[in-house]
Amino acid sequence: MITRTLAMIVFAVVVTAYVAALMGTEQQSHVLLLLTGGVIAVVVALKTGMVKILQNGETGKWPEVLAILGMLALTYYFREEHFALLMLATVLFMSVACFGLTIQMGYAGVVNFAGAAFFGIGSYTAAVLTKLDGLPDILVLVIGGLIAATIGSLLILPVLRTRGHYAALVTIAFGILFKTFLEVNDVLGGPQGLKVAGLNLFGWKFNDNFEIGSLEISFYVNYVLLGLVLFIVAFAVTRRLERSWMGLALDAVRLDEIAASTFGISPARWKIFAFTLGNFLAGIAGAAFAMMLGFIAPNNFTLGDSLIMVSIVILGGLGNPWGVPLAAAIVIVLPEKFQVLQEYRFLLYAALVIVTLLVRPQGLLPRSMRVFPRA
Amino acid sequence: MLLNCHGLTMRFGGVVALDGLDLRLNAGEILGLIGPNGSGKTTFFNTLTGLYTPSAGVIQLAEKNITAASPQTIFRAGVARTFQRSRLCLPLSVFDNIAIGNHDHQRKSLWSTLLSRRALANEVREQFDVAYALLQRFNPMLSEKLDQPVSSLSMIDRRRVEICRALIGKPKLLLLDEPSAGMTFDETRTLMDDLLAEKSRSPSLSIILIEHEMSVIERITQRCIVLNFGKKIAEGNYREVARNAEVQAAYLGTQA
Repeated sequence: MITRTLAMIVFAVVVTAYVAALMGTEQQSHVLLLLTGGVIAVVVALKTGMVKILQNGETGKWPEVLAILGMLALTYYFREEHFALLMLATVLFMSVACFGLTIQMGYAGVVNFAGAAFFGIGSYTAAVLTKLDGLPDILVLVIGGLIAATIGSLLILPVLRTRGHYAALVTIAFGILFKTFLEVNDVLGGPQGLKVAGLNLFGWKFNDNFEIGSLEISFYVNYVLLGLVLFIVAFAVTRRLERSWMGLALDAVRLDEIAASTFGISPARWKIFAFTLGNFLAGIAGAAFAMMLGFIAPNNFTLGDSLIMVSIVILGGLGNPWGVPLAAAIVIVLPEKFQVLQEYRFLLYAALVIVTLLVRPQGLLPRSMRVFPRA
Repeated sequence: MLLNCHGLTMRFGGVVALDGLDLRLNAGEILGLIGPNGSGKTTFFNTLTGLYTPSAGVIQLAEKNITAASPQTIFRAGVARTFQRSRLCLPLSVFDNIAIGNHDHQRKSLWSTLLSRRALANEVREQFDVAYALLQRFNPMLSEKLDQPVSSLSMIDRRRVEICRALIGKPKLLLLDEPSAGMTFDETRTLMDDLLAEKSRSPSLSIILIEHEMSVIERITQRCIVLNFGKKIAEGNYREVARNAEVQAAYLGTQA
């Protein structure tokens, strides 16, 4: 057991150092070198079965604790680098939204190609509500989630009544409708978008740089830490949901609705539950993200962004919460590192998803069997 | 009387899959339901379990009217079933699959799921023990495989899991839709031994069995009903029914 724990610690240190090196370098040759090295390391790890450590099993709380420590180390390392911190925070907020998609698509089997729209509902809620004085900003985050969940419930009827491709079409139509609605709505800023005030927590202004002793700290550190807190909560919710009777009922509904209903399980009830909870998470993430950016526009929430969210969930391994941050990091950070590739981001996603699905049809970190809590 | 179906009719457009079926079943009885392919046997199960809403007729379970009730309500009233083509959740473990049959006795509030993990763990432990004991009665080897995926099991073990999933909720009425499908003669016999042993343990359990394997019907049912084109054409014990001219015609075809 001690060697296993040690292996996990070494793994965490190596991964953290690797991410720090990759995000810290500007030179294309270094990026290329690191990426090649990374791919080789991953292939070796896969071939030797070392990745099993990250998957479910009797690992205690080590993976979670190490991941948090790694994230804190990265935050400290990049404390003055606005852009690197923006990347980290974006990965965290996007992961929170993708946990919502994991619950919807991975557990209940409800397809949602409007993830960015629900994320956007949270963002616009934050933009509108932060204009009002007197409402605590932490409440604005929650309301962002609630409004996303409420508007999502308008979609429930058509989503429940349709199956497979048709349900996908319903959500795609909603996503397009949402963006068009924003563009023609002058109250919400039209195509130009809206300014969003930064988060203010008990007088602590999240959008101001600050100093600790002689250390100059970027204001993005605030948002990375906020993102980390939201991430931890959303991760725990997703994981505990899966490892419970609720997770079992959701799986039963996804895998065989008819058999499930003959054992007293109501498919409609569980789909509504998953859809609502998932949109709630997306809305909260969107609200926090908007406060960080300070400015949002309809173009932040396109069908393309929804597809990115879906590809994160599938690339990571549908239903495994560990896969989400990994895939989010790949999909968000890699294109930024490949400045040359900027224009071809979608090409990279497509190629990545296709290659991954060919090599690993279940995603980078496939979901394993349910591990119920032990007494 | 446990089950009383009266004039049960199910139409799909112009096709009459069940035509005024009268069927009664006493508590503790094993009833065989036979008939050629397409005679309405599975349609009867689907109507009885609420997957279809009958076009006409009444279904009473223990004096309670369950006609047109939802599948969930009918399950709660005490009817559990298996399917002709196994409908297990293949990627899930054996325990998961069996536990699905016990959905109504599992705490499922968001609050308890997220925050009272210890209580959940205790409940899982209890249900794990129940599932273990249940499988032990069918196949002691299988009870050691509770945490393995169902997709790794043989056909007969999948059938056992399906039957255990139906039994764990302690139904009054068990509906078995061709349990011998896809199994060898010996496997079928073993499964029927298991089933009879189970039946002797809970004498009040009623079973309706759809089966094409006549030796199975002869061996384990006390009474059987023969369907053809959705109508009941004969009723009685296996020997009586097998001698019936109309039944023979239905199976072998009539000479015009």
